[in-house]
Amino acid sequence: MLYREAGQFKSTYAEDQQIFPIRQDRVAVLALLVVAFVVVPLVANQYWLSAILTPFLIFALAALGLNILTGYAGQLSLGTAAFMAAGAFMAYNFVLRMPWLGIIPSFILAGICAAAVGIVFGLPSLRIKGFYLAVATLACQFFVLWAIQRIGWFTNNSATGVITAQSVEILGYAFDSPERKYLLTLAIVAVLALLAKNLMRSETGRAFMAVRDMDVAASVIGIPMMKTKLLAFAISSFYCGVAGALYAYTYLGTVEPEAFTLDLSFRILFMIIIGGVGSILGSFLGAAFITLLPIFLNVLFGAASHTFGLDISHAIVSNIELMIFGGLIIFFLIVEPHGLARLWQIAKEKLRLWPFPH
Amino acid sequence: MKRTTFVLALALAAGFSSGALAQAKEQFVPANFYWVGPYAPGGSGFGGGLIDYMAMINARDGGVNGVKLTWDKCETEYNNARGVECYERQKNKGPTGATVIHPLSTGITYSLIEKATADKIPVISMGYGRTDASDGRVFPYIFPLITNYWSQNTAKIKFIGQKEGGMDKLKGKKIVNLYHDSAYGKETIPVLDIQAKKYGFAITHIAVPHPGNEQQSQWLQIRQLRPDWVILRGWGVMNPTALKTAARSGFPREKILGVWWSGAEEDVIPAGDAAKGYYAAAFNLPGTQHPAMKDILKHVYGKGKGEFDDKSRIGSIYHTRGVVAGIVTVEAIRTAQARFGKGKPITGEQMRWGIENLTLDAKRLKELGATDLMQPLKVSCKDHEGGGAVKFMQWDGRKWNVVSDWISSDQSIVRPMIEESAAAYAKEKGITPRDC
Repeated sequence: MLYREAGQFKSTYAEDQQIFPIRQDRVAVLALLVVAFVVVPLVANQYWLSAILTPFLIFALAALGLNILTGYAGQLSLGTAAFMAAGAFMAYNFVLRMPWLGIIPSFILAGICAAAVGIVFGLPSLRIKGFYLAVATLACQFFVLWAIQRIGWFTNNSATGVITAQSVEILGYAFDSPERKYLLTLAIVAVLALLAKNLMRSETGRAFMAVRDMDVAASVIGIPMMKTKLLAFAISSFYCGVAGALYAYTYLGTVEPEAFTLDLSFRILFMIIIGGVGSILGSFLGAAFITLLPIFLNVLFGAASHTFGLDISHAIVSNIELMIFGGLIIFFLIVEPHGLARLWQIAKEKLRLWPFPH
Repeated sequence: MKRTTFVLALALAAGFSSGALAQAKEQFVPANFYWVGPYAPGGSGFGGGLIDYMAMINARDGGVNGVKLTWDKCETEYNNARGVECYERQKNKGPTGATVIHPLSTGITYSLIEKATADKIPVISMGYGRTDASDGRVFPYIFPLITNYWSQNTAKIKFIGQKEGGMDKLKGKKIVNLYHDSAYGKETIPVLDIQAKKYGFAITHIAVPHPGNEQQSQWLQIRQLRPDWVILRGWGVMNPTALKTAARSGFPREKILGVWWSGAEEDVIPAGDAAKGYYAAAFNLPGTQHPAMKDILKHVYGKGKGEFDDKSRIGSIYHTRGVVAGIVTVEAIRTAQARFGKGKPITGEQMRWGIENLTLDAKRLKELGATDLMQPLKVSCKDHEGGGAVKFMQWDGRKWNVVSDWISSDQSIVRPMIEESAAAYAKEKGITPRDC
């Protein structure tokens, strides 16, 4: 009833090929963007902006990068956190040593450096696949962190290896309040997500998906393996590098190599598995699930203990939160192995028929 | 049925908003620690001690001049991002906002320095980083109280000198610094290098990658070097693993000297016999014989409250460390109240003044029942450390025995380094140091 496209006619190719061909979709996405850009900064308090929404956006961007590599191009990678670290530390160095560049060009250059690292460690993908490639990218994860810790140039020879990100200033406009940092992050993530969506709909994206589905057949029909796989690594690492730079500049403010351990790589991999591999929306849903659910559980237990006056030992509470979180992951994967994005897709299909059951 | 679920939802929503109804005379202290993960014994012990002391003050004295202390726990998982999130969640609770933050993590402290300074909430990083925040002119809101890592390190070298028969006997000796490969672990490398040049001993730094449960290669290297002493700068599982591996490779444990984050019961008990005779530094002493601890047992555990279900943990190193943090917090509140209004809740800015003007001399410690639990403290605008002395303990298989008196640090080495590092930070950030 609500979601039918009766009466919507396309008369140009451009209209037919747009990302959201159905008018209801376009209206919904526009409303979401208006809420995200205009309503949230006015309404949300500092806690929500700086501790909930900004990290969600940053991890969504990193998950997007990994989704391009693993979901669309089929190359399993465990080096995501290393690419983020490369982006973060290179952004710091660009702003430190070439302050005349400006923040946005520094982020872009940092992303390109991360892409270069990605290409180097993506070279094994030309010979090995699947879990073996995952182990090769594991080497990247450890090597990049080792290099950052041992080579003093990356941290400007700081004794502890912790760097403090400089303040963000674009054309004289300082981004120092949580609202401004949130808006900057949201703008960068929105632009990059749009680029990713269009990239995946283009010939490059189709080449990635061909390599994922059956790379021998893809090379037979003329898709160049080396260029395609290395391009996938480069684009994915660029996204992760920009996410790492945002992590340092708009979220935490300080970075240490210990923040980008293998643990974070696994977390981002879990984000795309739960959200849905091979789906742009899935990156966002998975990031929301993994970053926000533990906080939600923590707050829920706190509220429950206040309301009902329960006096459970906090160690038990924290461990129960971890158990529930793990249980929910298992639950969602059993209910829908293709992730939350597939659940959303099924919901939309049912909405087309609503209120009729079939 | 529908109405009960509706009422339930409303109640939970009310619970979400701000916990208990905020009464006027309350002082809120966030309890952001870690109860899960590999460092849980440290986090839960310290947190338990802090909360136990505050509960005791509420029960025995009715709060600080009638203002009751309140707290809310938040799980940080020893993770910087969660630590920042917990800080943001807790900082506006209570009638005057959060009073003070004890991050209990060098990483989280680093992440909070700018935020807390902007929000005017003081950070007490008692016994850990950021070391150069001891220069209060550049870091007005950060207090690495009692001792920082560099002071402790000079005291350690003095202890080694004592054991060798004099500081001049250090010339030509070999010392290995076995450190946890993290920001925390790397902090003492510069100060050791300076002392090596000054006293003429050879220093070798060996890193143990996190988490440190595999140290074969490091101890093989140590066996080849044949040093006279090994300084163990570990954290978590790295500590018992180091002791066990040292025993296996034949290095005498009486020549291993641990920092205070390697000197708790949880660090040595898993190593069993391999830990007997191991030395560790401490700025707070274990035990339940101090009158302050006895008061906690009487007023808190005696009434069935108290943070530990496992009563054997009462009086452990981490527990008394938390109690010392509680003493410092409460006394700083009292100092601030004496200036800004007795019997009224104070703000974070006023608490900052309170900590900066905190003096705990031997007489006051006796009144508090904390003589020998901690050292006398005098904080000032220039000196955010306030103490600087360390005691050393030796593990005998069942408990820690104190084997030295308070050994003061060598501020002639430490202070110039701190001022130089703080000045560099001020220049990088464009901060004008205060006049003190």
